[in-house]
Amino acid sequence: MGHYVPHTDAEIAGMLRFLGMSSLDELFASVPEALRLAAGLDMADGLSEPDTLDAMERLAERNRRAGRELVCFAGGGAYDHEVPATVRRVAFRSEFVTAYTPYQPEVAQGVLQALFEYQTLLCRLTGMEVANASLYDGASACVEAVNLAVAATGRQTVLLSDGVNPNWRQVLETFAAGTGHDYVRCQIANGVTRWPDDAQPAALLVQYPNHVGCLEDLAAARQLADNAGALLLVAFDPVAAGLLHSPGHFGADVVVGEGQPFGTPMSFGGPYLGLFACKRDHVRRVPGRLVGETVDADGRRAYVTTLRTREQDIRREKASSNVCTNQTLIAVACAVQLAWLGTDGLRELALRCARGTRYTRDALLAMDGVDPLSDAPVFREFAVTTPVPGDVVVERMAEEGFLAGVPLGDEYGERGLLISVTERRTRDEIDAFVGAFEKVIR
Amino acid sequence: MSPSAGGRATSAPIMGRDAEPTLFELSAPGRRAASFRTTGVPEWTPAELVPGEHLRGDPAPIAEVSERDLVAHFTRLSHRQYSVDLGAYPLGSCTMKYNPKLCDDAASLPGLTDVHPAAPAPLTQGWMELLAQLEEALCRITGMHAATLQPPAGAAGELTGLLLMRAWHEEHGNPRRKVVIPDSAHGTNPASVTLGGYETVTVPSDRRGLVDVAALRERLDDDVAGIMLTNPNTLGLFEEDIAEIAAAVHEVGGLLYYDGANLNAILGVTRPGDMGFDIVHMNLHKTFAVPHGGGGPGAGPVAVSERLAPYLPGPRPVVGDDGAYRWETPPKSIGRVHSWHGNALALARAYSYILANGGDGLRRVAEAAVLNANWLRTRLRGIYDLPYDRPAMHEFVASTSTLKKGKGLRALDVAKRLLEEGFHAPTVYFPLIVDEALMIEPTETESLQTLEALGDALERIAGGDAEDARHAPRTTPVRRVDEARAARQLIPTWDARE
Ligand SMILES: Cc1ncc(COP(=O)(O)O)c(C=O)c1O
Repeated sequence: MGHYVPHTDAEIAGMLRFLGMSSLDELFASVPEALRLAAGLDMADGLSEPDTLDAMERLAERNRRAGRELVCFAGGGAYDHEVPATVRRVAFRSEFVTAYTPYQPEVAQGVLQALFEYQTLLCRLTGMEVANASLYDGASACVEAVNLAVAATGRQTVLLSDGVNPNWRQVLETFAAGTGHDYVRCQIANGVTRWPDDAQPAALLVQYPNHVGCLEDLAAARQLADNAGALLLVAFDPVAAGLLHSPGHFGADVVVGEGQPFGTPMSFGGPYLGLFACKRDHVRRVPGRLVGETVDADGRRAYVTTLRTREQDIRREKASSNVCTNQTLIAVACAVQLAWLGTDGLRELALRCARGTRYTRDALLAMDGVDPLSDAPVFREFAVTTPVPGDVVVERMAEEGFLAGVPLGDEYGERGLLISVTERRTRDEIDAFVGAFEKVIR
Repeated sequence: MSPSAGGRATSAPIMGRDAEPTLFELSAPGRRAASFRTTGVPEWTPAELVPGEHLRGDPAPIAEVSERDLVAHFTRLSHRQYSVDLGAYPLGSCTMKYNPKLCDDAASLPGLTDVHPAAPAPLTQGWMELLAQLEEALCRITGMHAATLQPPAGAAGELTGLLLMRAWHEEHGNPRRKVVIPDSAHGTNPASVTLGGYETVTVPSDRRGLVDVAALRERLDDDVAGIMLTNPNTLGLFEEDIAEIAAAVHEVGGLLYYDGANLNAILGVTRPGDMGFDIVHMNLHKTFAVPHGGGGPGAGPVAVSERLAPYLPGPRPVVGDDGAYRWETPPKSIGRVHSWHGNALALARAYSYILANGGDGLRRVAEAAVLNANWLRTRLRGIYDLPYDRPAMHEFVASTSTLKKGKGLRALDVAKRLLEEGFHAPTVYFPLIVDEALMIEPTETESLQTLEALGDALERIAGGDAEDARHAPRTTPVRRVDEARAARQLIPTWDARE
């Protein structure tokens, strides 16, 4: 049989005999004749392993990958950070890769403890008290935060900052068709969100730093939330937490974000990691899996998924979320990378991003015709406007060997370009980038 | 039964028995593993870079460990974890088949991993072609017209499908209010129905274990948006009346949603499209061997019939006459359902698995999966209850109902005893309609010898002392864990301990 079916012909014959059958077709007797595929699938036959890899390599070669030939200055929710060898070698051990959800905790302590450590690390980064074992991505984490806020307040309206990643906002709008949630769009002015002060929303959703790289005034957002009896939901950048106050410091109720920067290559957008943490008051509304510490029958420390009655398999149509399969392995990779960075290393990582960003921004803004989208403070990403539109800049810069950034949409005013600088960018690369930029913007 | 020649996939007794300290206990102030590229960028201080009101004082406390300690820690943790690579994992509905290593390599190609998702289309032609070809392959396999690869898991696919239903009905009058699901359905189905803005209406199963068609007819009216079905269903039985069900649902203007968690049973045998389904999700982490990663990531693409294609999420990769791919959002799209293009590397893995198997290999997957399930079902006849003792597809549901009445042996105890025997346990207490359910899915990648060993172990357990079984497992890294205490005295982080 096929590559991964171990049975010999003799074994198949013997097994069929055991079943009182004479052919494999008989196994499908319950499938009505009229529904059977007489001619099989209209697809090519299987390839050998090397032929399959050749085919995959040919596809991979048709991408221009980030690297020395295409130096990456693009961010906007996906970042070119270093993934250390330790993460690749350890988090992707096959015991973690080929396990299922820890339904039998006695043989799943490895994944459970790794998740417990991940939850702890995420709480330390966010300043929250509870974190779940992961959601799909930044967008789905925002969706779940809003669902929690609506359930907690009984209100349907959410103030949604334009500073939230535009793709995430689109996902929020998509799912609102089912939940009936109502988003009030709050524009940004000079880099930070302008909130209406007469609303009674379930929550405010703000990103820190926001999509154009600027540091929002979270204290003001908290004040507004307090006045309205609303929750403050913050989509944060986990790298920024190395240098900036945590959202918890500003009084966030729920903190979400995209965990890709820790341990996951850009991977054309997935699988990434939806970060979700909140205050303990909301623990019974947390979506998805949550790991807790307990003891085993001999009194030894053990871990298990807990508060399970929130989940779909038990609560069904009344569950706090429909999430089942999540991104556990990516959460484990995130934990390994955070531990590899350590307290000191995380600060250094953040600092290096901020330094590269400052250096690049200063050089670009010194150019005639390049203007900042805003002069609000930034951290590791910034937006500029250029004489030619952002997408044209990106196209031309690719010919010069750079992925120059992510073009910004109309909601940010003049068409701009979002540029991101990670700890990987050297001074030489940045200088060359600036030189090429000067050339292509005219 | 006398053992035959060949390897057995069981783990006993090699798993790590010693408790592992947490990262936080292993920490020593000042220790670190991190190292950074030499960049030559000017070294401004934090205060020069970030205004004071944003700048944190103390660094965020993480953990402080050496690389060596870190590697040892996670390696020891991995020894406390059962996995498919170690042994058989007959978790019904979850399809824990062996994951070919080739797919790991395919998904690690730098030309796939080092690509920014917002890079312009001319720079990502390989990825776009891969995604488009995968869409096409999945459509051929399911008999559908077009697909979206964005949903990152089965449940996300379900919600996407329900929103497609809603958009369709909205355009054809009103969104309607109800969605029908069988009482044997997976919990994500009703949870997704709620998020889709619908009300769940449950239809019972009949004595055969199939949808009770008469009861279904009673529930159908023009307020029913559609029905969600798994076929084969969660009892492992093929819904033989599917054509009649489809006709009845379509007659009231409803749509049929196919929960593809069990698609592996019918690859190359029949297709949801031929059965009359309008919307299909696939769990690539089940049928197409994307490893489960301890709970994810997976991928849950959704394929639809022609009339629903204009509503699919976008953007989708589309090829032009010049052979170049571009992104296009369908005209009536419900919108994006993922931050980017879905769990792309999981999609690449699945595509490599489909290429390696081909049409012929996929059919063999289904044949061997069904053969294995029926072999084990027959092996266990007379030992466990088989509440629906008819030919199964890729999985079957047994029960300890009689054993419980006779001597107090519960499904949970069987599961825990099986861990001692070096196997992962089956799914227990699901589907909800079977008392003391053991839902067993051996998958096609387990050998006859593994099935023999699993059958022997299950027979030994059934014949063993029930009181003794309550103390199992005793050879695993930890014994039974106190779940009630975990919920009552919640400790969700290391810092929450007393
Ligand atoms: C029958 C069935 N439907 C739906 C799902 C949900 O899929 P996922 O876990 O990928 O979200 C599962 C997975 O466990 C399942 O077994």
